[in-house]
Amino acid sequence: MAKEITGTTWTVYDANTMTQAEIYGSVLCELGEKHPDIVGLTADLGKSTKIGLFGDKFPDRFFNVGIAEQNMFGIAAGLAKSGLLPFVSTMAAFTAMRGLEQVRTDICYQNLNVKMIATHGGVSFGAAGTTHHCTEDIAIMRALANMTVIVPADGIETAAAVRACIDYKGPVYIRIGRGFEPTFYKDENYGFKIGKAVTIQDGTDITLICCGVTVLQAAEAAKILKESDGLSVRVINMHTLKPLDEEVILKALTETRRIITFEDHNIHGGLGSAVADVIAQSGKGCAFEKVGIPDCYCVVGYPEDLYCHYKLDCDSIVEKVREVMGRDFEEDESWEDEV
Amino acid sequence: MPITELEIKNLTETARKIRHDIIDTTVWAGGAHIGGGLSMVEIMTLLYFKYLNIDPAKPDWEERDRVVLSKGHGGAGYAPVLANRGFFDRDELKDFNHFMSKFGMHLDSLKVKGVDVSTGSLGHGLSMAVGLALGARLQKKSWKTYCILGDGECNEGSVWEAAMAAAHFKVTNLITFVDRNRLMIDGKTEEIMSVEPFADKWRAFGFIVKEVNGHDYKALSDAIDFALEEAKTPVIIIADTIKGKGVDFMENQVKWHYGSIDSELAEKAHSSVDRG
Ligand SMILES: Cc1ncc(C[n+]2csc(CCOP(=O)(O)OP(=O)(O)O)c2C)c(N)n1
Repeated sequence: MAKEITGTTWTVYDANTMTQAEIYGSVLCELGEKHPDIVGLTADLGKSTKIGLFGDKFPDRFFNVGIAEQNMFGIAAGLAKSGLLPFVSTMAAFTAMRGLEQVRTDICYQNLNVKMIATHGGVSFGAAGTTHHCTEDIAIMRALANMTVIVPADGIETAAAVRACIDYKGPVYIRIGRGFEPTFYKDENYGFKIGKAVTIQDGTDITLICCGVTVLQAAEAAKILKESDGLSVRVINMHTLKPLDEEVILKALTETRRIITFEDHNIHGGLGSAVADVIAQSGKGCAFEKVGIPDCYCVVGYPEDLYCHYKLDCDSIVEKVREVMGRDFEEDESWEDEV
Repeated sequence: MPITELEIKNLTETARKIRHDIIDTTVWAGGAHIGGGLSMVEIMTLLYFKYLNIDPAKPDWEERDRVVLSKGHGGAGYAPVLANRGFFDRDELKDFNHFMSKFGMHLDSLKVKGVDVSTGSLGHGLSMAVGLALGARLQKKSWKTYCILGDGECNEGSVWEAAMAAAHFKVTNLITFVDRNRLMIDGKTEEIMSVEPFADKWRAFGFIVKEVNGHDYKALSDAIDFALEEAKTPVIIIADTIKGKGVDFMENQVKWHYGSIDSELAEKAHSSVDRG
């Protein structure tokens, strides 16, 4: 049989796996039963984002506005004002950038209860090129007052985040990938809570703070580093970028004194910057590095290749940790470390 | 200049080669927006092989005509046109979508020779085309700007903001096409977000509308000649097309907006193009 595979989130490589977006689509269907106030919106990406699953189940509560993102976020604001609970889904680039002023002024300014599930975040739609990459959204969304920003590690955590935001008032931005990201969690029973980071593995030598696809890579790297280098690596899944779990960062700062952040995002304004703010304001010294897309428009390619290229894969993380462990930051003679 | 029978014969052959290359590019790329790439082949072939004043050896030549593929996801349909016109070697398409390739699904004007404007986020192209056309007029340049929109793309309000500006500024050195293949991603344009009465909308925005069969060189060519020679207001050519045109199992199938094909299916596609 000749093989044909169609659809924007499908490639020949992974068509059989359940994607992050599919999990979210089916969770939303399940929630739709219990919550008649949930309405769904998309802009000609019902199939690609999988919010179309909700649309198939609840056609009356679903609005595909065509290719018109600004209009969509405005309509979502109106629906929320009328008392409904809109879930809006399009790609991250078209949420955080095309629809931005509506998101900010119509939704966040009025503190409306609109949940945005942005797919194809970071460079997860790598081969599509810069117009479909979104390495700016965390920075943009963090800067919007009232906004909550979540970057789940995988499909399971996406499901947990979607569930959690039902009873969590106000605008929420959930950023997911294109759908082929390998799963990290086995199930949802690990106590996901908005604003509370998950320490995946405890450690005393160094802390890796991650979000999204980098969580799995860092967790793998930590195992390797334990076995081959005898290092005790702490790995934190900072799934909520805002409000930020500052406590977990301060704890890592005093207990491990070395922190590296890893994110599929521009190094400016994302997870690394958020963590850096906390470290700087603590007044404590720390070896710190942020790894992400180095302030450039990403090259073209499949995401796995891009993650290696930008040093977000397991092997690169191992290397980075060795490098930072080798740095003797306390031997700077011009500065006496007091902690 | 009215199109001749010989020109039509040659264009038909060129378009066939381009369709074969689009199919191969889809295989090499691992997946591509093939449906909308195939629907615009006649428009693009006619522009690149009859109308455009361009020099592939000098892609940055200042006097060249400009093209804005506003439906930027047509990249896998566009790049083979540029290759056949001599901007780069056809073999380079084998890298399409691959790591560090100059070709992503949406073409980058800084990387791909012959591409004047980077597009891919829908609804940006017509504004940039209006800017190019105004720039040419202001600088007393005779080059023209051509813009190709998708019909689904016309859901975007920005398209109509640009249309309003084109008419307001009386931009007549710009020729705009809509690839009216009646499909978008989630379904039929009229079912997802109706654009009809489409021609009336453009008229109301101050355009002269030419509704033509978008696979008919004579009809397309007459409309372009009119726009180039006679029009005193902006012209939009609504080209009635078939998404997936030329590959029988893809024609008018919404699922072939974007798809992957293996070599077996590619063979079927190639033979369909040969029969067509
Ligand atoms: C602003 C924006 N929103 C969404 C998309 C995703 N997208 C890519 S192609 C497409 C459908 C385009 O339909 P149409 O303009 O009719 O093009 P065609 O059918 O000719 O391929 C969509 C929604 C995009 N590229 N840009």
